[in-house]
Amino acid sequence: MQLYICVKHVPDSAANITIVEKNRIDENLTFLLNPYDEHAVTEAVRIKDNLPGSEIIAVCLGKDDAEKTLRSALAMGADRGLLIASDKNHDSIETAQALKAAIEQDGNPGLIFTGKESIDAEGMQTMFRIGALFDFPVATNVVRLDIESGRAVVDSALSGGTANTYELSFPCVIGAGRGLNTPRYPTFPDVVKSKKKPVKKIAFPDLKIEPSTAGMNIVELEPLLQSRDPKEITGDAGEIAETIMRILKDEAKVI
Amino acid sequence: MMKNIGLIIELDNGKIKETNFGMITLAREKDTELFAVVMDADAASVKEDLESFGITKIVEVCLPKDRQSNPVVRAKAIIKVIKTYNICAIFGLSTAMGKDLLPRIAALLEAPLVMDCYAVDLEQNLVKTSQYSGKTIATIKITGDVLVFGVRPNAVEPVKAQASARIWILKLDETSLVSKGFRVIKTSEVDESTNINLAEADVIIAGGRGMKNGDNFTLLSKCAEKLTAAVGASRVAVDSGWVPYSMQVGQTGEKVSPLVYIACGISGSIQHFAGMKTSGMVIAINTDKNSAIMSNCDYYVKADALEIIPELTKLLEND
Ligand SMILES: Cc1cc2nc3c(=O)[nH]c(=O)nc-3n(C[C@H](O)[C@H](O)[C@H](O)COP(=O)(O)OP(=O)(O)OC[C@H]3O[C@@H](n4cnc5c(N)ncnc54)[C@H](O)[C@@H]3O)c2cc1C
Repeated sequence: MQLYICVKHVPDSAANITIVEKNRIDENLTFLLNPYDEHAVTEAVRIKDNLPGSEIIAVCLGKDDAEKTLRSALAMGADRGLLIASDKNHDSIETAQALKAAIEQDGNPGLIFTGKESIDAEGMQTMFRIGALFDFPVATNVVRLDIESGRAVVDSALSGGTANTYELSFPCVIGAGRGLNTPRYPTFPDVVKSKKKPVKKIAFPDLKIEPSTAGMNIVELEPLLQSRDPKEITGDAGEIAETIMRILKDEAKVI
Repeated sequence: MMKNIGLIIELDNGKIKETNFGMITLAREKDTELFAVVMDADAASVKEDLESFGITKIVEVCLPKDRQSNPVVRAKAIIKVIKTYNICAIFGLSTAMGKDLLPRIAALLEAPLVMDCYAVDLEQNLVKTSQYSGKTIATIKITGDVLVFGVRPNAVEPVKAQASARIWILKLDETSLVSKGFRVIKTSEVDESTNINLAEADVIIAGGRGMKNGDNFTLLSKCAEKLTAAVGASRVAVDSGWVPYSMQVGQTGEKVSPLVYIACGISGSIQHFAGMKTSGMVIAINTDKNSAIMSNCDYYVKADALEIIPELTKLLEND
C-alpha cells in the first residue's frame, strides 16, 4: 500500500513571532515538522511494519526551506519525499488542491495522513478538503487506528477522553491526533540515511491547479498582547482562600 | 439586502448548551435573518430559548435514529438546509463535534472556513481568530458563496434579543443520507453530570508539575466539584501520567476561554498560554514569584497550591 503523509513546515512553538508587512511573519526563525504530523509519520511506519512492501511518501507544500521538514519525516521513516515548492502562502483550499494533484500524479494512495491541525494556522480542515477532492472518507483527531479485514477502524477523539469509533474503507484520509502513538524520534544513523533518500521537487504552477472562487486571505496579523495587571494576594492560607473566594463571588461572579 | 444566516445548535441531553447563545449573539448583525438548525430535538422544545436570542426561523432536521450520530450524514443534512433556505453563512461551535462537522461541510461545498473564531463582520466578510499558538490574532478576508464559521466556545458574551420564531421541518430523502465508505461503529456517551466539558467550562482549575503527583489532583477535583468547575492540566502533568491527555490545556491540548482560570503549580510556558490566554480572569498559585505566569495573570498567590486549594474547598463547602 502507498501511504502518503502530508507534512507541514511550521515555526517552532517556542519561537517569538514578529509580524512584517502587516500580514506576514518574519520567517527568520526555527521551523520544524508540525508536531501532529510526527504522529502521522510514526503511525505510517507502524502500518508499514505490518504490511511489508508498503511505501511511505511524505508530501509537503512549502518554500524551498521546507525540504528540512521533509528530511525530518524521512529520518522518522518515510521512504521518499515530494516537495511542492511555492514562494507564496496558500490557504487550505489551495493547499488541499496542490496536495491532491501531487499525490495523484505520483501514485496510488491507500491511506493519506495529515496532522489533525497545524500549529501555525490552526485551520483543522485540510484533511477534509483532500478527502472531498478525492471522494475518500475522512476521520480526524484519530487516536487509534486498526486495520481490520481491509478497513480502517479508528477512534476519533472528542473532549473528556471519549471517542467515537468509525470504520472507513480504503483509500481514506486520517488526521492524526496526539494520542495516536508516541513519536519515534530518529537516531543519528536515521538522520544520515535520510540525507540519501530521494526528494522530488515539483513547482506549484506545474500542477496546473484551477483557482477556486472561494478563498481565505490573511489581511492582518497582530500580536496577541496580554494587558493583565497582576495583583498579589497575601496572607496565611486561610486568608488567601478567603480573598480568592471573595474575588470569585464579587468580581468574577462565578459563585 | 437581508442575509440568511444558519446556526447549528448543539444540544446536550435535549437541552441547548449555553455556549450556543454566544454564537447566536456573534452572528446577529443588522439585516440578518437567523435560522437555527436543530438536529437532535424537536424544535418546539427549544423554541422559547432560541427566540430569546433573536432566532426567527427554526429548521428541525429529521434524521433516522441510526444515522443521527454520523458526521458525514449530518454534514450533508446541513448542506441541504443551506441550499433549501438560501443560507449564505453558517455558524457552528468549534467544539469536538464542530471540528468533525464544520470542515466536512466546508470541504463538500468548497467553501471558506475559519475555525475557533471569535469576531465576524458579515458586511466586509472579515473574521478574527488566533494563530501561531495564540501569539497572534489574524484577520482573515473570506470569499465564497457560502461562508462557514466555527465559533470558539465562551468567546462571546451572550446578549438577549427577543424575537418570535417559525418552525420548519425538513425531511431528508434517503439519497442525501448515504456516507460512502464511512460507518459509525460506536459513539461515546459523555456523562455530563460528572464530567464538565473543559472547553465549555466557566471555571477551570488546572494543575501542573507543582501538584507533585496524580493523587494531589483529587484536591483539585474536590474543589472543582464545589465550584462546578472543570479540572485541567499542563502537559507535564499529562506526560507524567498523573492525569489523562484529555485534560491537557495548551497548544497541543484543549484551547479554553473560561471566565476564570486558576493555575496551580503551572509555570506558564508559551505552549500552555496558547491554550488559556483568552481566559477572562487568571489566578496563579505558585511557589516561585519568578514563574512566567505570575507576571501574566490578574491575581497571583506566592504559596504552595497544595495548602491553598484545600482551604478554598473548605470555604466553598461551608458557603
Ligand atoms: C510542541 C510542544 C507542544 C507543547 N504543548 C503543550 C501544551 O499543550 N500544554 C502545556 O501545558 N505544555 C505544552 N508543552 C510543554 C511546555 O513547554 C512546558 O514544558 C509545560 O507547559 C510545563 O508544565 P508545568 O508548568 O506544569 O511545569 P513547569 O514548567 O516545570 O512548572 C512547574 C511550576 O510549578 C511551580 N510549583 C512547584 N511546586 C509548587 C507548589 N507546591 N505549589 C505551587 N507551585 C509550585 C514551580 O514554581 C513552577 O512554576 C509543549 C511543548 C512543546 C515543545
